[in-house]
Amino acid sequence: MTVQIKTIDMEPKRQTFGHVARRLGADKPATRYQEATLDVQATANFHYKPLWEPEYWVYDTRKTAVVMEDWYKPLDPRQFYYATYNISRANMNQSAERAFVFAEERGLIEKISPEARKQIETFLLPLRHLHWGANMNMTEIAQRGYGAAVTAPCIFSAGDHLGMAQIVSRIGLLLDGQTGVSLDMAKEVWINDPAWQGVRKLIEDSLVERDFFQLFVAQTLAINGVVFDLVYKMSDAAWKDAPITVAMLTEFMSDWRADESKWSDSVIKTVAAESPENKALVSQWAAEWISRAVEAAKPLSAAMLGDNGALAEAAGDAVKARAKNLGLTL
Amino acid sequence: MSQLASLTLYHNDEARPIIEAIIADNPGVRVLNMPGAVKLDCEGALVVKRASVEERLGREWDPQEIHLVLISMAGHLDEDDDQFSVSWKH
Repeated sequence: MTVQIKTIDMEPKRQTFGHVARRLGADKPATRYQEATLDVQATANFHYKPLWEPEYWVYDTRKTAVVMEDWYKPLDPRQFYYATYNISRANMNQSAERAFVFAEERGLIEKISPEARKQIETFLLPLRHLHWGANMNMTEIAQRGYGAAVTAPCIFSAGDHLGMAQIVSRIGLLLDGQTGVSLDMAKEVWINDPAWQGVRKLIEDSLVERDFFQLFVAQTLAINGVVFDLVYKMSDAAWKDAPITVAMLTEFMSDWRADESKWSDSVIKTVAAESPENKALVSQWAAEWISRAVEAAKPLSAAMLGDNGALAEAAGDAVKARAKNLGLTL
Repeated sequence: MSQLASLTLYHNDEARPIIEAIIADNPGVRVLNMPGAVKLDCEGALVVKRASVEERLGREWDPQEIHLVLISMAGHLDEDDDQFSVSWKH
């Protein structure tokens, strides 16, 4: 049966903001994402040149070598704005919390062998520091980048890295009975263990990269794809008898990686497709940073798995294949 | 004799991608705007395709989620993992 609802429809005077309507080409209802993103960043009438970089305005397209006719082209396919981002991460965090409760209730950590414990302390816990570096990089892109379409998701990503650093820290606290001893040890490892020095140099080198889009490629394609994937995704064998426990407690990271790469890949693809010059630049950056990341990760995978760095190579190959799919020539 | 297959949805942010997908995938659909709701009528059949909604939504979408914004419908229901449709065809 059909229910006929008869009403009077009042047309609203305006469906959305003028600047959004001009972009959509008509005054039609816009999504929250569009209203919270399109042309949000100021583009003119800046009062002062920043004293620390007087050659640029505070928001300046010249802060990267790639040229976009419109920095609002690389939109976020996830359509994240503040609310949707938080709702998504709150759900992911809830399952992470449940995993930790489960691990504590079942005493999963007490059950793992001393060898596995040592492996986790040496090869998982130092990732806190890598996440912190990644957080710095994404924050740097958010402040040096151009256009809210690119910079807003970057600050979300920076928040993700802090959250993941906390999850890694909590794994450490589970291991050391909430004393923090394992985290102090992990910092020692990060600073002194030869296995980590390549990765530490890689992230510290990236901290001083001034070109915001090169930094974006370095972080989201090379560092996330080679180093984080190597440890979180490909190293089950490294955790001896505890791969299930580690997988459970780091589930947030695999969810995050799938989610974020959907966005970061599409940004790189869009920027590279803009012009042959962009494509050449982005390809060159990708090739350079991927090979640096692979070299950096080799001693890590050798020490972690005794494979002479084969897995680091494999991670690099996977990222190269991904980059080719994004239209880059490596 | 032909009958109208019809879906009535809330007119909110959650429903908008679904409404857009329906309008794009069903040539000849008639749109009746009401305060807070949209009634979509089409001769014979009306289909909501998962892929089309996902394209507009930017995430994975389960056709069952349409029930969160569905007010009323007319037609025989046929739903699976990839589509949700109402029609008078047998």
